[in-house]
Amino acid sequence: MVAQLSKGERQLSVIVLLALALAGLAMAVAGRADPLGVHGIIVILFSAALIFVVLAQFNAPEPSPERLKDYYDDPSKVGIVLSMFWAVIGMALGVWVAALLAWPDLTIDAAWASFGRLRPAHTSAVIFGFGGNALIATSYHVMQRTSRARLPGQFSPWFVLIGYNLFCVVAAAGYFMGVTQSKEYAEPEWYADIWLTIVWIAYFVLYIRTLARRKEPHIYVANWYYLAFILVVAMLHIVNNLAVPVSLGHAKSYSAFSGVQDAMTQWWYGHNAVAFFLTAGFLGMMYYYLPKRAGRPIFSYRLSIISFWGITFMYMWAGSHHLHYTALPQWVQTLGMTFSLVLLVPSWASAGNALATLNGAWHKVRDDATLRFMMAAAVFYGLTTFEGSFLAIRPVNSLSHYTDWTIGHVHAGALGWVALITFGSIYAVVPWLWRRQAMYSARLVEWHFWLALSGTVIYVFAMWNSGIIQGLMWRTYNESGTLTYSFIESMVAMHPYYIARAFGGLLFLLGAIIGTYNVLMTITGHSKAVEEVGEDMPHRAGAAISAEPAE
Amino acid sequence: MAEFHRKLERNAIGFVLAIVVVASIGGFVEIAPLFTIDETVEDVPDMRVYTPLELAGRNIYIREGCYACHSQMIRTLRDEVERYGPYSLAVESKYDHPMLWGSKRTGPDLARIGGKYSDAWHVAHLTNPRDVVVESVMPKYGWLNRNTQRTDDLGDHLLAQRRVGVPYTDEMIANATNDAYGQTAPDSEFATGVAERYGEATQIRSFDADATRVTEMDALVAYLQILGHLTDAAYKQAAMAGEAAK
Repeated sequence: MVAQLSKGERQLSVIVLLALALAGLAMAVAGRADPLGVHGIIVILFSAALIFVVLAQFNAPEPSPERLKDYYDDPSKVGIVLSMFWAVIGMALGVWVAALLAWPDLTIDAAWASFGRLRPAHTSAVIFGFGGNALIATSYHVMQRTSRARLPGQFSPWFVLIGYNLFCVVAAAGYFMGVTQSKEYAEPEWYADIWLTIVWIAYFVLYIRTLARRKEPHIYVANWYYLAFILVVAMLHIVNNLAVPVSLGHAKSYSAFSGVQDAMTQWWYGHNAVAFFLTAGFLGMMYYYLPKRAGRPIFSYRLSIISFWGITFMYMWAGSHHLHYTALPQWVQTLGMTFSLVLLVPSWASAGNALATLNGAWHKVRDDATLRFMMAAAVFYGLTTFEGSFLAIRPVNSLSHYTDWTIGHVHAGALGWVALITFGSIYAVVPWLWRRQAMYSARLVEWHFWLALSGTVIYVFAMWNSGIIQGLMWRTYNESGTLTYSFIESMVAMHPYYIARAFGGLLFLLGAIIGTYNVLMTITGHSKAVEEVGEDMPHRAGAAISAEPAE
Repeated sequence: MAEFHRKLERNAIGFVLAIVVVASIGGFVEIAPLFTIDETVEDVPDMRVYTPLELAGRNIYIREGCYACHSQMIRTLRDEVERYGPYSLAVESKYDHPMLWGSKRTGPDLARIGGKYSDAWHVAHLTNPRDVVVESVMPKYGWLNRNTQRTDDLGDHLLAQRRVGVPYTDEMIANATNDAYGQTAPDSEFATGVAERYGEATQIRSFDADATRVTEMDALVAYLQILGHLTDAAYKQAAMAGEAAK
């Protein structure tokens, strides 16, 4: 892969990696009495390893200029393998922490192995490691095809992908050391946040430069979503992470906001991390891979427009529904609830648009597990957004908030929607990228589908049960007008559901392991190669799917 | 509409600007007024800042991820008020950078846990929760007793807190390290300074029953014991509401 870089790009890579190693050295020295120092050493090792990778092929001959006529897919390929790798790690951590909630003494007496430190490692590994890598990898693939243009350079796609994974590694290593801001889904500390900002700006510039090279006059709908994902995540990330570090030698920082303002900012971020990281980006995936795999154009162009702008506008108001009945002023709570309810319209417009696209291709859904992954994802997307609007209603929230119902809701979205659309897209894109006729084993895709689906259903049903029981026990009064149950009684009642949840998660993890095996077997040449490259090149007409769907 | 959009989607920069504008409105309307409307946070004269030791304990609470299972926000619901105490006021987390309201109660709310249990109970509970609550699923935190609390940099912590708006005085910052020790050693010369700077009501004692050194257990228990007691505002308001009801 390094041999595909021009000599200038190889030199630039080494220079940037050396600069990164120096930054790591500065961190290691300044933070020698602090976890920051360990992070510095990790940055040095990470850069050094990559410098060796580049130097090993540094003097390879200049690659043929012919390559510039083709799409540039090496970063997408690496991103997809990394995504599967993080999926297995993140889901294994999830099963483990789920087991700790059922059997707390399974773990060892070490700080790094305790529940409180492993839990953010689980959430970050699945959201940012698995989800983020899949988004970056597929966005490179989709933007090139829908623009019929090659990426503008070969350095910046690698900078974004590898820089992003450095962020993920620093985040995960930090949690084991107890380095966290405590902001949900924004736990990494200030220096990791600054690094991610740099990477993210490079990502945005890369996207815009690719769009500027497009040969299609229209920007295809999948790109709207990827663009919204990149832009809004940048806004959210920068505002939510404003903080003052204790010193340049400390990992620890203090948030610029406090109390009620911090709560609103965190949930403005938190809910829109769901909206623009876990929804918009994956809708981008869905709008490309689902019609491609089904061989059908998107059902409705108008619905695409309505749902896109509806989601972009309304989600940003909805965060305050996480703060019902709290010290947040009630007018903000009411706004949050109102917009959460209206949000159902664009959400169902998206889900409906996806399902209606499958009209005329239902026989393919029956026979092809890859397409079925995407169909099931659209169904879960519809169910989860309905549940989300429902839980945002104040009286419903009075029961559901603080309980496992929220966890069930999150996982209906994360497993049922995000992970299923990702696996479906990966199974579609892997044979295209590696020029294979099909995945190594269709039967294993089938196995993965049913494991993932049953795992999700078991997980979600367990958490619905435990959440509603919890909520009801906390508010049950006896005849004398006092609370019937102690807190610990409600906790004891959760035990069977916690076991069921861990089991559901285990099934889901097994599916991901099977999927990883299948992907690795496909790319290592255990499935038949495609002989003719066909249309998947920028200069061939008809390479992109129609930018204007049938209407 | 479709015609307008057909034009918009041919222009990448226009599309980018449209997304930024459309996505900014909600946050701007909901967040900006929280900084400008005075009624958002109650004005309470007796609200005090965390001592250096309590702040260190709070940082341990964050480090160990306690907030993932314990909320610190009692909602305005009858059952919550009866279970946990008066509902939380905005002013009570005024100096919390970041806030730790939480989103999940795998364990109970801790907004008013301070003073409900003895120090010895907390130490035993954190060391092995199942020694005092047999059915608990809380992790053990044995290392808190073993680890010495780092106190030499607490002045830097207070200074950073001041930079984000917490009213620590120069004197508090200069004495942060000594005050952390003094709060755990009532018989030492450093104890009086703590009471002078943070108020006579400050809890000054060895929280982990080992007066020879400041452990992370000292810090965390000191923090847990002050939760809900930085101001009396919520209790006073509840008492007044009770009077009015009669």
